[in-house]
Amino acid sequence: MAETQDFALRCTNLHRYLGQGEGRVHVLKGVSFEARRGQVYAIVGPSGCGKSTLLYLLGLLDQPDEGGIAINGQLMSNSDDAARTAARGAHIGFVFQFHFLMLEFTALENVMMPMRKLAKLTPEAMADRAHSLLDSVGLGDKTHRLGTQLSGGEQQRVAVARALANEPTIILADEPTGNLDVKNSSMVFDLLTRLAKDHGQAVVLVTHNPDIANRCDSVLPMRDGVFI
Amino acid sequence: MSPNLRIAFRFLTAKKRAMLMSLSCTVLGVGLFIVTQATTSGFEDFFIKTILGTDGAMRIQDQIQDTLRSMNAGGGSDFLVSHREGVKYIEGVEEPKAVVNALKEFANVSGTSAVLRGNVLVRSSFKNESAQVFGINLDEHLKVSDLNHQIIQGDLATFREAPTGALVGKVLADRLQLGVGNSFLLDVQGQLLRFRVSAIYETGVADIDKARVYVHMNEARSLLKKPIGVTFIQVNLFDKNRAPQDASQMQEVLRHSASPWQEREKAWLSAFRALSVSSAITVSVFTLIAGLAMFNTLAMIVLEKTKDIAILRSMGYERRDITQIFLWQAGIVLAIGALVGALVGVVGTFAVSQIPLPINGIFKTETFQVSWNGWHYVEAVLTAAIMVMAASIIPARRAARLEPGDIVRGTAQ
Repeated sequence: MAETQDFALRCTNLHRYLGQGEGRVHVLKGVSFEARRGQVYAIVGPSGCGKSTLLYLLGLLDQPDEGGIAINGQLMSNSDDAARTAARGAHIGFVFQFHFLMLEFTALENVMMPMRKLAKLTPEAMADRAHSLLDSVGLGDKTHRLGTQLSGGEQQRVAVARALANEPTIILADEPTGNLDVKNSSMVFDLLTRLAKDHGQAVVLVTHNPDIANRCDSVLPMRDGVFI
Repeated sequence: MSPNLRIAFRFLTAKKRAMLMSLSCTVLGVGLFIVTQATTSGFEDFFIKTILGTDGAMRIQDQIQDTLRSMNAGGGSDFLVSHREGVKYIEGVEEPKAVVNALKEFANVSGTSAVLRGNVLVRSSFKNESAQVFGINLDEHLKVSDLNHQIIQGDLATFREAPTGALVGKVLADRLQLGVGNSFLLDVQGQLLRFRVSAIYETGVADIDKARVYVHMNEARSLLKKPIGVTFIQVNLFDKNRAPQDASQMQEVLRHSASPWQEREKAWLSAFRALSVSSAITVSVFTLIAGLAMFNTLAMIVLEKTKDIAILRSMGYERRDITQIFLWQAGIVLAIGALVGALVGVVGTFAVSQIPLPINGIFKTETFQVSWNGWHYVEAVLTAAIMVMAASIIPARRAARLEPGDIVRGTAQ
């Protein structure tokens, strides 16, 4: 039982097909994987091997054609859209490759966005937490800047702060440093891992960067839709 | 402010040009709807006011005599012979006092005036004109008409004190070149009586102003040789809109035909109604354009904000939140458009009411007539709401159907 509770995320025998008709491709061919709290996992592999597809399945943004995904011990892969959406809001934080900030909103508003939906805190507490998270990613003095007024590295740091906003048990990052220079890559990775470890969160990231992968607790190489 | 409303507002303000386009169409649609309804209803209301001020809310005339509808075949059998159905009328009101007393029992009746009418030839020193003489009791008639407000020369006090005084319509007076104080003859089949113009009135209704001469009832009886009875009783009502129901009851009780103003002026009222509906349909095209502009704006925002929709969905925002965000955008445009459009309607209606437009014939006015009716604003806003919200549902639902996984993978359609 205790061992089950250590696993924030567990998936078994995941299959996923993409495309239709003759263009239908078997992208994931029976992938199984477990992620413990406080651990950082890197999924590596060549383009098109199914890394991102796996990540979106784990993040409940997509549904597998076969197999199961359990978040904090609860099977979610066959749940309806509302249940998967609620689980995303409460248990999962995303960091995408191209920042994916909402550019018409300030850094502070971006970080408060998931908290506003979850509505567990008062507006004042939400603002305090957003300020604190932005401080911890080194953007305490740029909280009121719009997304368009931030550099690429700064936007990604805001995205990290936003992913942590609801204190999720799982952080999923799709090439979080893929669009950044070496200095910013290192800074964002350090932030992500430090904050996640501090709060006992499981981090699963997809990366092409071997330096980043080697600094993770586990590296999961992938090829042709399976871990090798 | 709810998170969805906050996001909707920010999405909308990011597309200022498209939003302003939708907003302008909504403002124009609501504003023009109000102005056109205010003007068409304004003329209709003014027409109704004129006819109520001249011929009253109702007329009781011609006594009803039931025809034989069936008769027994006789010989002790039960066989009935049917006759053609219908009613016969005996012209005029033979016992006006009894009818007036009965009318006073109706709670909605505010005044009655017995009128004796007859065709005459008016002879002046200049020329002769055919006309109708109306024998009235002045004080009674003032309770059922706006005659006191229609006097343009002379005064009613002179008429009240002069037994042979007469009130002559403006058009008739002009044709006969009669002024206040001038005398003229009324000729009924060779019988001549001399009268003097006490005052000249103008209702604005050409058919009345060119044909009616009001005289005292006793003089009319003498002229028309009708010592008893009247042609009709003009009735005024507290609630004019209840005239058809009251007429139906009065007809049953009084056994005289009762014609409410709605029936009397049916042709004109239908024309006004048709004009009002057709102008509403025409102006609704603007709100239809507002709906299309809103559809275009939202469809554009959906296309441009697919990544934002994916982010929101990844953060736990549900499909209904996405629908709400887009419907809120339409709601914001609609609310601002309705408010500004209503203000445009107020200003436009006032401006139109100041435009000089001399009309004489079915009523008399020097400017555009407008109606300040709250329902026009309600109808305008409701029309805009239906168009804009209906046009917003499709893009809103499309946005909600987007799969976040497809968007981040870049395969969203």
